[in-house]
Amino acid sequence: MIPRRRSERWTGYIFIAPWAIGFLVFTAGPMIASLLLSFTSWTMLSPPSWVGLENFDRLFEDPLFLRSLWNTVFYVLLSVPLGTCLALGLALLLDQKVRGLSIFRTIFFLPSVTNIVAVSILWLWVFNPEFGLLNSGLRALGVEGPLWLQSEAWAKPALVIMSLWGVGGSMIIFLAALQGVPHELHEAAQLDGAGSVRRFIHVTLPMISPALFFSLLMGLIGGFQVFTQAFVMTGTAQPGSEGGPNNATLFMVLYLYKKAFMDFKMGYASALAWVLFFIILVLTLVQKRIGQRWVHYEAEE
Amino acid sequence: MNPLKNIRQAGSPGATPSPILYLALGGLSILFLSPFAWMLSASVQDLAGIFAHPFRWLPDTYRWENYRQVTSLLPFWRYAGNTLFITVLVLTGTLISCSLVAFGFSRLRFRGRETLFALCLSTMMLPGQVTIIPLYLLFARLGWVDTYYPLILPAFFGSPFYIFLLRQFFLTIPTEYDEAALLDGASRFRIYWSIILPLAKPALITVALFTFIGTWNDFFGPLIYINSPDRATQTH
Repeated sequence: MIPRRRSERWTGYIFIAPWAIGFLVFTAGPMIASLLLSFTSWTMLSPPSWVGLENFDRLFEDPLFLRSLWNTVFYVLLSVPLGTCLALGLALLLDQKVRGLSIFRTIFFLPSVTNIVAVSILWLWVFNPEFGLLNSGLRALGVEGPLWLQSEAWAKPALVIMSLWGVGGSMIIFLAALQGVPHELHEAAQLDGAGSVRRFIHVTLPMISPALFFSLLMGLIGGFQVFTQAFVMTGTAQPGSEGGPNNATLFMVLYLYKKAFMDFKMGYASALAWVLFFIILVLTLVQKRIGQRWVHYEAEE
Repeated sequence: MNPLKNIRQAGSPGATPSPILYLALGGLSILFLSPFAWMLSASVQDLAGIFAHPFRWLPDTYRWENYRQVTSLLPFWRYAGNTLFITVLVLTGTLISCSLVAFGFSRLRFRGRETLFALCLSTMMLPGQVTIIPLYLLFARLGWVDTYYPLILPAFFGSPFYIFLLRQFFLTIPTEYDEAALLDGASRFRIYWSIILPLAKPALITVALFTFIGTWNDFFGPLIYINSPDRATQTH
């Protein structure tokens, strides 16, 4: 390590000062403020009044909140596993020494870097029951498609389908991980008589498990914060109708947004934000704990 | 049987892919591209064409004026300019602040460094919704709602993910460079500026790309902070 000079004792602190100031002003301060706000009732017209745990009590009796919680869980439970499988499938296909690899990779990756608002508006058309691409395609196959975003039952699955279109980011991570699997391991397993399925389960999967873990974790955290699609795609008919038919796409962050920035119920919305944070925190810790059993790190051996 | 012969034939790497693979990839590519193709085709048709049964991928008449209308009816260029302005400033702020902080966390020794770095990383897990309300109130009190400050200023105070990314890269640069420069009388800032930054160009470009895409496509920030139509960004 570099010898330290006496006059330089503070240099390190000066270098990290931007982050330290930003942490205090934009993260730690607002966090404390948000926690305090969650124990108050405040509509910004009069000063906040302390109500203790009332916001949290009301939250769990609020049918709209419970609905948004269920909607979000439903969305995460479908989109994260399906998205991971699709991304892994695409990565496996691309890992076969295909010609034109970069073309296919770009095609699959493109949607994931396209502006989410533009994507949402595009898929609004795709899901149009009468003229949309999806139902036209289904009609060509002789199937009459559902009303998608206008139907209470199909609005969430529609958003899941749309999310599958954006798996390119995970696919790139998986592809990089697959290309990092040493060839010798496959050869050794093959010499021992392992078929391609067994090699996939016992060689490939453990070797790419850190990438899988990372992708699942990020998918979970991102999934719980789903907002823009629902806001753009299910609220355009009339302002304030965000949330879709019978609130089928009212997700937690969408409900939080409506409470905070349309109804100006800042205390209630802060309580909601902390419930969301708590859920994400617990799930992350649980995943880390479970991950210790199945994630395999080369460096640890 | 010669076992070595098998290895070259079967398995993923080394084997020649079958036509079925290309069929699968081609089919999937069409699925992934069709929404884009539809958009492209619809963008040069009139309403009757878009609502036609069945949809015509190649229309009889092309309405190129759709594109002219987008740029004339909406203040398209104004929104693009606003977005570009914000993006350039955010990019500048992110690159300067994150590289400085990453330099501190990777190449300088100070008390509490590891603890502070762990703290920095742990804030990555925090969903933005937790801090958005107090931040909004803070910016409102400063009179900054409907200005670009809330969108730009935070970028000058580092972002944990990019700090982490740059720190990991800085750690791979040998410390002998620093030592030699110190012996020659260079200051720490000089080392950061003249040695580390030029060597870390690939990592800095990565950060710049991520920041550019993220800022250009940001929806939630402008949605909350910007009200005036003439200050709006493209995603609005």
